[in-house]
Amino acid sequence: MSLPLILFFVLAVMAVAGAVVLILAREPIHSALALVMVMVSLAILYLLLGAEFIAAVQIIVYAGAVMVLFVFVIMLLNAGTEDRTHISKIATWVGLPLGFFLLLEVAHIFWHGRMSAAMGSGAGAPFEPASTHDLSMALFQQYLFPFEATSILILIALLGALVLAKKDE
Amino acid sequence: MVPISYYLMLSAVLFGLGVVAFVFKRNIITIFMSIELMLNAVNLAFVAFARAHNQLDGLVFVFFVIVVAAAEAAVGLAIIITIAHNRRTLNVEQVNLLKF
Repeated sequence: MSLPLILFFVLAVMAVAGAVVLILAREPIHSALALVMVMVSLAILYLLLGAEFIAAVQIIVYAGAVMVLFVFVIMLLNAGTEDRTHISKIATWVGLPLGFFLLLEVAHIFWHGRMSAAMGSGAGAPFEPASTHDLSMALFQQYLFPFEATSILILIALLGALVLAKKDE
Repeated sequence: MVPISYYLMLSAVLFGLGVVAFVFKRNIITIFMSIELMLNAVNLAFVAFARAHNQLDGLVFVFFVIVVAAAEAAVGLAIIITIAHNRRTLNVEQVNLLKF
């Protein structure tokens, strides 16, 4: 087993464990910290895939800004222990098997389908990390219009959040 | 080298766990967090495909997904604060004015 493979499995187990803790935790703050763990392990996986810039953005924007926002709201609203859910009968007998079946189906496609055959050749290609230079060239030339559109989107989101969260007069 | 299908499997598992969390959780903040989990799973698939095809477009898409998720988190959390002020609860089962 090569080092990247071992690293991948360690990070994959960390990510899945974080997601499971997110589901099982009763306190929202524990769920938030579990989600931070998922995001950090995903960032290291991005590094493993050669996407340095995306890894940095993942840490700064997701694990940093977005999760701080979540934790801030949890503390602001004093969110306590969550009520225990009573899983309805239909969820147990229809939902869970269907969800499991869906996962099985996706797994089957990824392992045996045409997709994995096509992917197999790609994985053997020489490893060249996507440089930040190339990424920014694509972002500011080919994708300039979507980039500007997202800046307007951010502005609108900012205004919307302000209007929604402000105290009523 | 790690096969790309491993990354896709991990992405599918994380997305599935995100859906499970979305359906089973009752706290509105945690439900919101499970949406973020699903977005992260999709991002992993994007990066894996970008790596498999040696193309940058997947990474640009991840960039946009992260930006939109940040905007969505800002607006969504503002909505959550408003709901918490108006209904005095974070349990989605008690926010049922539109429920038939």
